[in-house]
Amino acid sequence: MKINSTIFIVLLSILFIACGGKEEKKKDGFSVDRKKATEKVEETTPATNEVPASERITLDNKGVGQIKEITLDPEINQEMVTAGAALFKTNCTACHKTDKRFIGPKMQGILDRRSPEWVMNMILDPKLMTEEDQCAKDLLVEFNGAAMANQNLTVEQSRQLVEFFRTL
Amino acid sequence: MKKYRFYIMTLIGAALVFSGCGNGSEKASSNGALGSSAAEKVYVAPGEQDDYYAFLSGGYSGNITVYGLPSGRMFKEIPVFSQFPTSGYGYSEETKPMLNTSFGFVPWDDAHHPDISQTNGELDGRWIFINGNNTPRIARVDLSTFETAEIIEVPNSAGNHSSSFITENTEYVVAGTRFAVPVPQRDMPINEYKSNFKGALTFISVEPEHGALDIKFQLLMPGFNYDLSHPGRGDSHGWFFFTTYNTEEANSLLEVNASQNDKDFIAAINWKKIEEYVNNGGGTKMPANYAHNVYSEETHTGTTTMKKEVLTVDPTEVPGAVFFLPTPKSPHGCDVDPTGQYIIGNGKLSADLTVHSFDKMIAAIEGEKFDGEAYGIPILNFEDVLAGTVKSGGLGPLHTEFDAKGNAYTTFFISSEVVKWKLGTWEVIDRKPTFYSVGHLMIPGGNSRKPFGKYVVAMNKITKDRYLPTGPEMEHSAQIYDISGEKMELIYDFPTHGEPHYAAGCPAELLAPKSKKIYRLDDNKHAYGITNPSEARVERNGKEVHIYMSTIRSHFTPDNIEGIKVGDKVYFHITNHEQDFDVPHGFSIIGQNTSELLIMPGQTKTSIWEPKQVGVWPFYCTDFCSALHQEMQGYIRVSPPSSNLELSWSLGE
Repeated sequence: MKINSTIFIVLLSILFIACGGKEEKKKDGFSVDRKKATEKVEETTPATNEVPASERITLDNKGVGQIKEITLDPEINQEMVTAGAALFKTNCTACHKTDKRFIGPKMQGILDRRSPEWVMNMILDPKLMTEEDQCAKDLLVEFNGAAMANQNLTVEQSRQLVEFFRTL
Repeated sequence: MKKYRFYIMTLIGAALVFSGCGNGSEKASSNGALGSSAAEKVYVAPGEQDDYYAFLSGGYSGNITVYGLPSGRMFKEIPVFSQFPTSGYGYSEETKPMLNTSFGFVPWDDAHHPDISQTNGELDGRWIFINGNNTPRIARVDLSTFETAEIIEVPNSAGNHSSSFITENTEYVVAGTRFAVPVPQRDMPINEYKSNFKGALTFISVEPEHGALDIKFQLLMPGFNYDLSHPGRGDSHGWFFFTTYNTEEANSLLEVNASQNDKDFIAAINWKKIEEYVNNGGGTKMPANYAHNVYSEETHTGTTTMKKEVLTVDPTEVPGAVFFLPTPKSPHGCDVDPTGQYIIGNGKLSADLTVHSFDKMIAAIEGEKFDGEAYGIPILNFEDVLAGTVKSGGLGPLHTEFDAKGNAYTTFFISSEVVKWKLGTWEVIDRKPTFYSVGHLMIPGGNSRKPFGKYVVAMNKITKDRYLPTGPEMEHSAQIYDISGEKMELIYDFPTHGEPHYAAGCPAELLAPKSKKIYRLDDNKHAYGITNPSEARVERNGKEVHIYMSTIRSHFTPDNIEGIKVGDKVYFHITNHEQDFDVPHGFSIIGQNTSELLIMPGQTKTSIWEPKQVGVWPFYCTDFCSALHQEMQGYIRVSPPSSNLELSWSLGE
């Protein structure tokens, strides 16, 4: 008798599985009633970090690395944009989207927040930047410690990416 | 016990302090009690690098292990003839073809004698070759990637032992058979071996620019056992020398029956002459079946071509190309000194070393001073070719290497020692014990025109009490001796992996600067590779499902896949989109019947997974790639065969 009912249940479950494609809906995730420790966070956060690093505007900061001074032509160079767009697709889209935050920050408006020198230094040597540049350090924390990958790009390629970012 | 340990530590500490002072000013040249600090000679401080690379064959591991000298630190195991789950070699779809042979997929071999490519008789560090002894094969390993680039099977051969030595411009890599066999193979009585079996010596050409291997010709020699070989160099360039044993042609109880003749031979082969003969249309094309496996660095994929023909040469058809040099007592090692003048045959059942002179050999050939012939091949008079005998007093001489100062170093298996002697005077200069029963030894460049005579590494067959015991099976021991002075000095002792036979070494600066750091993604021509995540997708073709996946720190694209069914054959084609040095990603999935994959930056590798159970199954990255490595995971949903669920895939949705 016991065996029979076991077999029945097994059969029933096979039947279920066999139906395949069925959505199993119970409830999405779980929630815990937690008092938000807002006060504490504010206490430990230094005053300068009130704005999240991704939204902070640091246009005067050129970052740390080989790029010291970049002058952008008022005119956007379309050739460079095309090259930059292609590079962005192969080397960056695993972690960056243009229009929204992904593994790393969104690229739209990046040049309203960062100097072109900072952007290029970050592309060319993200390790050095996250060690020595405060904004890069804070970004690493804000983005859960997902360190930016060094994609071994040339200075010229990083410049093309900047040109592409200007168009976003 | 604790107390003892404290004393010992104190002693060592004190010794370090002392020796540290002793060597402050003068560079370890003195042999004074304090100056002679073995520890300091092998100490490579944290963050510093070794002076030499050493490539040790793995013997029955089938692979090559890479070490640093003088530290004895192991850097890498290069999979060659054996499946290697660490990287997925021989398990991934791309590398399975590398192990194809005419006997099917052979996932193992016995790797013996690595040899680094040469130009003008000097190490050039482009490739390292190694032989598979059991199912005769020769492999070429690229020394910029340290990966196996090519494996060619050797037909008509068995026990591919007198291999894989190269000529002084890497014109050829040779592969000599140890076991004589019927050629072509056929069903015949074993006891009709004598005069019916053949010993094939195969000359494989190496394309100068890219190293591609191709069998140029096979010399079908009498059915002796061809044990080891080395090329002529300098004046003797154009010749190759092979030791033989079992010239008795015994087919049973060789231990006794192959030790009857007082002398066996060193076969001297004028390969330039045979090459000319073959280039002029000589030789006989013979049907054959052997695999040629080539790995492309562009497609990251190996392919197998079965070759159907081989060119054979009968040595009696090429007068003046092949001679036998009588050499006492079943010679094993066959080594040629840096000048190319002396050919050393180590009669393993003898106490003495026999040294032949190349000039005397040429004179004897020109004077036609023959002492008979064997199967139509002239035998030269022993006394006419003999340069000298090294009376060492040791037992069981096996192999000889050379330094740049006219000295030779020979291992003695039975008496467990390395003996240093002088070329030309044949006098013994020094002898040092090894631990225990040494086989080959290696001096970086020690079998080239330009040896780097600073260290000799002795590779031993027996370990016994050298290290902490690890049950009945122990790794083999090796010892490093400083040979820069008149006397050899034992400075280090380290365990190896598998059973190293021969080894090859070279200065670090020959390889380190050109060692590849990444594979460029824009050079990736893999049929299933993707160069950006937007190409990530899943395609179904009947029961075959191809997943085009990419990785970067620290996620797979896609990481959620549905619509797979029990009975499908799922190909995970994974491209690592990292372009930074030393950032591989791994891939493994529950129930994988092959092995994980370790994918280097810019590389694509494929693993087949055949789901057998309905469910939602995880996959993950096996290489701790970043702080978020533990998050680098995904799920694949497997539905029953009857399911109508469409394929879908996503990341972060």
